[in-house]
Amino acid sequence: MEATGDSDAIAVERTLAGDRDAFRVLVERHSPNVFRLAFRMTGNQHDAEEVVQEAFLRAYQKLSQFAARANFGTWVYRIAANYAIDRMRQRKSEDANREPAPRANDDGIEVDAMSFVPDSAPNPERLAQSEQLAEHMRRAMQELTPAERTAFVMRHWGGSGIEEIAEALKSSSSAAKNTIFRSVQKLRRALEPFVEARGQARSVGTES
Amino acid sequence: MNHPNEEELIAYHGGEPARREAIATHVADCSECQVELARIDAVLSALSSLPVPDPGADYGARVWQKIAPRLPERPPVRWWQFDSSSLAAGWRAWLEPRRLAALGAVAAIAIVAFLAGRVTKQPPPVAVTADASKIRERVLVMAVGEHLGRSEMMLIELGNTEPENSKQKEVNISGERRRAEDLVEENRLYRQTALEQGDTALAGVLDELERVLLDVAHSPGEVTPAQLDEMQQRIAARGILFKVRVVGKELEQRERSAAPATVQNGLGTGERNKI
Repeated sequence: MEATGDSDAIAVERTLAGDRDAFRVLVERHSPNVFRLAFRMTGNQHDAEEVVQEAFLRAYQKLSQFAARANFGTWVYRIAANYAIDRMRQRKSEDANREPAPRANDDGIEVDAMSFVPDSAPNPERLAQSEQLAEHMRRAMQELTPAERTAFVMRHWGGSGIEEIAEALKSSSSAAKNTIFRSVQKLRRALEPFVEARGQARSVGTES
Repeated sequence: MNHPNEEELIAYHGGEPARREAIATHVADCSECQVELARIDAVLSALSSLPVPDPGADYGARVWQKIAPRLPERPPVRWWQFDSSSLAAGWRAWLEPRRLAALGAVAAIAIVAFLAGRVTKQPPPVAVTADASKIRERVLVMAVGEHLGRSEMMLIELGNTEPENSKQKEVNISGERRRAEDLVEENRLYRQTALEQGDTALAGVLDELERVLLDVAHSPGEVTPAQLDEMQQRIAARGILFKVRVVGKELEQRERSAAPATVQNGLGTGERNKI
């Protein structure tokens, strides 16, 4: 990690000195990781690829603002998160204009996804790997607001700190914390009926 | 302690340091909270199993291929990193009269922008901002208009160049080439300024013009009639002269209507976007 950080710093300096190929090194090194996070944020490959490209373009344009001691990977990731939020909001408003219909029953009353929850959850061991669960999870992620999804992805897959998330969301730390909480809460409400905790009382997170 | 609430447990699961020890101690002795924590963990673990497509081993290279043509010619430079020799060389290049004119126009825009920034800190901001942006636009419009005129003239002359007789093996276009070199420099500056001003339509036409100018600037000083013909056809195929004329005309109109007394917003951009 240290070696990558060092060579990232060198590549940044060389890019700033006019060597475009040095930036290529950064793009090739960090693209896969930014893609994985962008995919989790946007939920589809096309948007994720667009986010990756835009993130590196913006990183290049802003490179002179990059603090030499910072981590380039984290920095470009934050730029990606920032753009992903805008992209998702834009996509959401486009979709809203196209399809105004939340699912409604015969009485015209909006149907709560929770009403589909079976009385007794199917065997979680089998379901865990199933496409059905994956579909529930994808849908639950899509139901989050762009800010919630970004905060959740940054926290749980990106390992980002609260300050970093707050910066990407352009919000305060306490608002960012709250957004993370809301996202997990919503995901729990949507998915717990399909996912059962394995074994009771596993001592998660009690190691410290 | 009392049971931690849901928010605290979720934060604890996420590694949040606040009240960490107290919560850990409580959870160790509380089966209810252990179950709750296990449920949170089950959902988050399941989500982690959601597959992410593998973009492929060459993904980074593909991203580079996509973005490389869109990167600005030069990377942004930290101002304190100029060394004196490159600064001196830079100034020598900039001190040529035509470049100086272009630089003057851009500097004027920057000064107007700076003043606008200062003035707009005072209320009422709306009218002042409109005026400042109008002046800024006008300076750019005038400078770019002249630049387009010169580019058009060079391209017309190049288009009309032909061998004096059918036996002539080389045609000298070194004059046009030198003019194109100068125009490329100016063009870059105006294109970047237009981009910074958010005028993407103008920046787009300048971008196209730049490719044509580069084509001419990179050509040999003497070309064969066949090469000249090819070059003329390439220029014609891009339809750049037509676009330059349309934009030039529109800039003239903008210049006329951008008189300080008649402040209007978004002048002419709608028309130009149709190109």
